[in-house]
Amino acid sequence: MTRSDSVAAVRRLRRSRATRAKTALKKAPFSAWFGIVVILGYVFVAVFAHWIAPYGETQVFSEAFAPWSQEFKLGTDQLGRDMLTRLIYGARNTIAIAVATTLLSFAVGVSLGLLAALYRGWLDQILSRAVDVLMSIPSLIFALVLLTIFGSSITSLIVIIALLDSTRVFRLSRAVGLNVAVMEYVEVARLRGEGPKWIIAKEILPNVMPPLVAEFGLRFCFVFLTVAALSFLGVGIQPPTADWGSMVRENATLITYGDVTPLLPAGAIALLTVSVNFVVDWFLQATSGLRDEK
Amino acid sequence: MNPVARTVLQRLGLGLVTLFIVSIIIFSAIAMLPGDFAKATLGQSATPETVAAFQREIGIDRPPVERYFVWVAQMLHGDFGSSFASRTGYRRTVAEIIAPRLYNTMFLAAVTALIAVPLALGLGILAALYRNGWFDRLVNVATLTTISFPEFFVAYMLAYLVISRDTFIGSDFAQTLPHWLTVSLNWALNAVPKFPTLSNVNDQTPFWEHLWKVALPAITLTLVIVAHMMRMTRAAIINMLASPYIDMARLKGMSPIVIVLRHALPNAWAPIVTVVAFNLAYLIVGVVVVEVVFVYPGIGQLMVDAVKSRDVPVVQACALIFAATYILLNLLADVISIATNPRLLHPR
Amino acid sequence: MSESEYKLGIAQSLIGGGKVSRRDFIHLGLAAGLTVAAADRLFVSTARAEPMQGGFAKLGMAHGATTDSIDPAGYPDTFTQTAFSGSLSNSLTEVDAKGNVQPDLAESFETSDGAKTWAFKLRKGATFHNGKTVTADDVVTSLQYHMGKDTKSAAKSLLDSVADVKADGPETVVFTLKDGNADFPYIMSDYHLVIMPAKDGKADWASGVRTGAFVLENFQPGVSAKLKRNPNYFKNGKPYLDEVEFIAITDLAARMAALSTGEVDYIGRADLKTLGMLKRNPKVEIVEVTGYGHYTLPMNVTMAPFDNPDVRMALKWAINRQEIVDKIFLGHATVANDNPIAPAIKFAKDPQPQHSFDPEKAKHYLKKAGMENLKVDLSVADAAFAGAVDAASLIRETAAQCGIDVNVVREAEDAYWDNVWLKKPWCASYWSGRATADWMFTQAFAADSSWNESFWKNPHFNELLVQARAETDEAKRAAMYAEMQQLTHDDGGSIVLVFNNFVSAQSKKLAHGDVAPNWENDGLKMAERWWIATA
Repeated sequence: MTRSDSVAAVRRLRRSRATRAKTALKKAPFSAWFGIVVILGYVFVAVFAHWIAPYGETQVFSEAFAPWSQEFKLGTDQLGRDMLTRLIYGARNTIAIAVATTLLSFAVGVSLGLLAALYRGWLDQILSRAVDVLMSIPSLIFALVLLTIFGSSITSLIVIIALLDSTRVFRLSRAVGLNVAVMEYVEVARLRGEGPKWIIAKEILPNVMPPLVAEFGLRFCFVFLTVAALSFLGVGIQPPTADWGSMVRENATLITYGDVTPLLPAGAIALLTVSVNFVVDWFLQATSGLRDEK
Repeated sequence: MNPVARTVLQRLGLGLVTLFIVSIIIFSAIAMLPGDFAKATLGQSATPETVAAFQREIGIDRPPVERYFVWVAQMLHGDFGSSFASRTGYRRTVAEIIAPRLYNTMFLAAVTALIAVPLALGLGILAALYRNGWFDRLVNVATLTTISFPEFFVAYMLAYLVISRDTFIGSDFAQTLPHWLTVSLNWALNAVPKFPTLSNVNDQTPFWEHLWKVALPAITLTLVIVAHMMRMTRAAIINMLASPYIDMARLKGMSPIVIVLRHALPNAWAPIVTVVAFNLAYLIVGVVVVEVVFVYPGIGQLMVDAVKSRDVPVVQACALIFAATYILLNLLADVISIATNPRLLHPR
Repeated sequence: MSESEYKLGIAQSLIGGGKVSRRDFIHLGLAAGLTVAAADRLFVSTARAEPMQGGFAKLGMAHGATTDSIDPAGYPDTFTQTAFSGSLSNSLTEVDAKGNVQPDLAESFETSDGAKTWAFKLRKGATFHNGKTVTADDVVTSLQYHMGKDTKSAAKSLLDSVADVKADGPETVVFTLKDGNADFPYIMSDYHLVIMPAKDGKADWASGVRTGAFVLENFQPGVSAKLKRNPNYFKNGKPYLDEVEFIAITDLAARMAALSTGEVDYIGRADLKTLGMLKRNPKVEIVEVTGYGHYTLPMNVTMAPFDNPDVRMALKWAINRQEIVDKIFLGHATVANDNPIAPAIKFAKDPQPQHSFDPEKAKHYLKKAGMENLKVDLSVADAAFAGAVDAASLIRETAAQCGIDVNVVREAEDAYWDNVWLKKPWCASYWSGRATADWMFTQAFAADSSWNESFWKNPHFNELLVQARAETDEAKRAAMYAEMQQLTHDDGGSIVLVFNNFVSAQSKKLAHGDVAPNWENDGLKMAERWWIATA
């Protein structure tokens, strides 16, 4: 066998990323497909909300709590705004807030967590103790206090929820990072004189992805619930912005009379949560070592 | 030194430092909030003179740093201090305000834990055993759905079920359904026990009545926390199933149930216990919303009330109790992890 | 009238006291020529209409916090007000269902010296719960508790007009006012001004010993208060209930659920959104009272752009009040007209024209002000009134049609009154209303009032206010109040949006007479006035 032959053979074995993803998708179970389709649908609605929505986000019509009809597909809300329109804009606002919050909390949590794992020592001590302190304060009440101090604008909402959430991300990424940081290849990279940025991005991050992705799925969904709970306690998104968490809260009393209105935004959240977690489950299974007998 | 004892001592020491820092953070956060106890109590009817008189009486006209150290000195003597709601000749100590609330919270947490933890472990083990089968999928979707509804929403839906016992048959919705369905749904609803939707207990409530009254809050919280624990149990066990020693057991022809219970589970305790501890802490620390919905006088609602009225001594005491709970439960989880892992228990 | 009809009449009057059984009554009815069914119906309806002794009622209140106390310096919400002022205690006077002032712990009152001196004569034989007789000294110390430099009472400014209060013998209390005030007895009905026993020259509130219809049995702040019937109450036959429990249920949905399942017999502040559905429950009755309470949007007239009367006028025309009544209060409110005096109050006169949504007029005033591109912030939170945030969202939409850009700022609910009210240039506010025009104007519109929420200082208005207070000629007084109401409407800085109704719901087990409009929960006195109907 010539040298070029063996290189080609290795190449064949190490298929490109795109083809690997393709085969993985082909083998994906129905639940994963369902999840992907739902998520793409949500993203589509969110991005093109402006074109899809039949009316304006804050447009008020004369009849409040109108029933479902040709004109208002899902009726109107307590102020006479079209429910379907509010749901569609809600998708945009809610998903944007959730994505921004989760990304920020992971950016902060993962980078600090991996740095702590890589360098140990005083940096690790300080960060870990600070996180211990933050985690031992009840986060909902703490968020309530902070939002009262800083005002409940969307920016402060995102930053505060993200920072409080990042403590958990820090814990997780530090724990998994510790396992990887002691591996020989990390040691080699360090001896080669690579900077921390490079080591984290090229050596550690790819090897700690699975648990982080799983956490991302859950954290992402919890943002909706946090916003809903905060709006329950009286601080929330500025009106007239539509968001699902507040929409559930505003109509929640109707459920005690069997009215389905509050189920719509709650159902929208639930469907997205289930879908995201389906995809996460599939990803975990595809990347974990477990080859099941079935 | 025994590794368990060393961990416990070390963590308790760190815990005290954490408590101290928490008290500083909470104190400064409340100080940064607009308004104070006098203004919050007087509300719309506050005038500068009455506010000033109020501030003098409860001592919040002093600078914050001074007030903090007075508070620390009191704490070191084991005295939680008095609520700002005290007046001359009418002292309301923080301890007497908190004690019944703490008992109520612990009661609800205990009842919920007794239902939720065995349920979650059982479902998790079964899901791992029949992984990727219909049972696994069903449990997975059901639990994911329950956690994706906001807590207050789950609570309202449960309350609706109880109300529907009496009102369903006359509702518009029932009229639109075919007759047989209406009758059978009504029958099913009547099978639901008539749980109280109001969990207002007080210190004179007898034990069994207390238990009866927390039924709905406990069910709500169970629905909220089961998913997390169940998923972790399943994941931890499946993770173990990938190990070579399990392959060995399998090759020996052991039944899947024995493999999971005897071989996988004992080694999967550490992550499971961590998640269980996290959720137990949540049951004590994070249930304010459920308390509000069911009008249950727990400590979460007390703390939110106290924050709203800027009753600093009560807020501080609540925060310390929450922080201590969190620290102790985490410590317990770590001790159990060490104790169930021979490699950690007997280090070389 | 035949003899049997006469007997039936007497029997009917005895049902209330439980002195005639259903069976005896039906016999009498048959004798009077009624059928059995008709006699039975009459018995049931009479039994409901006539107060019955006995029973235990659980009353769900819309408020309650762990900082609540029985100290009358506070009483910040309907829980403490209804339980501790209305049930446990008495003030010197009370307001009846028609809105007129009546003696309560006082037996009578009279004035002299141009309404500057007021003498209140105490009821003979009225005692505190511990058996001590109520004396003039008790009244004086109780009122002084709310006066002076060091008081922490929310009622302090209410009594600012009192120069002196002293006992004249054991049964008479004499007030000397700084200026004449023909409506002073109304002020004495305030829920803070309850009478407490004097102990070492100070009002003793902490013991909970008062004069009221009920005796305090158990109180858990923020949870519940249980009270037992006072057997020695000075009002004959009252109260009817043996026992009441006030339960704090702050969550709206929880309150509605508790009434639906029968876990409480009454709830204050019913949820308007689901009221229609609650009405379908045959066991529930809804009581709606148009009170004096109103929701306002005060503009600070010392700040730009609100210092320009044309801007104020433009905003008054840019709001669709009817839409707000329909959508936010679902019809359970009345459109107001930038006049804080509720129609039921003496001397109320609706100013003309009625301010409604009219983009043309709004644009006209904007143009006059030279501010065609007006942009203003409106600071709101539901702490001001339930629905304030939604109302602001509606205002934003209608104002946009007039070319006004209203930016709705949702403020934090806590510390709203401290942080936003009287601080932000334009915000939302709530007044529970006052029983007289003078009282309302003096507190919320007088130039020197600390609660003059729009900082409005119209010299003519303030002259009229002082003149009208001491004027004893009714016709002249009416003319002055009419002029003042027109001034607040045309020039004032407060947009008075709507008068709100008190909407409560209760099980038909409870019965009551006409409901007083001055405060919620039947003027806070439902425990004393209501009873359990047998049927």
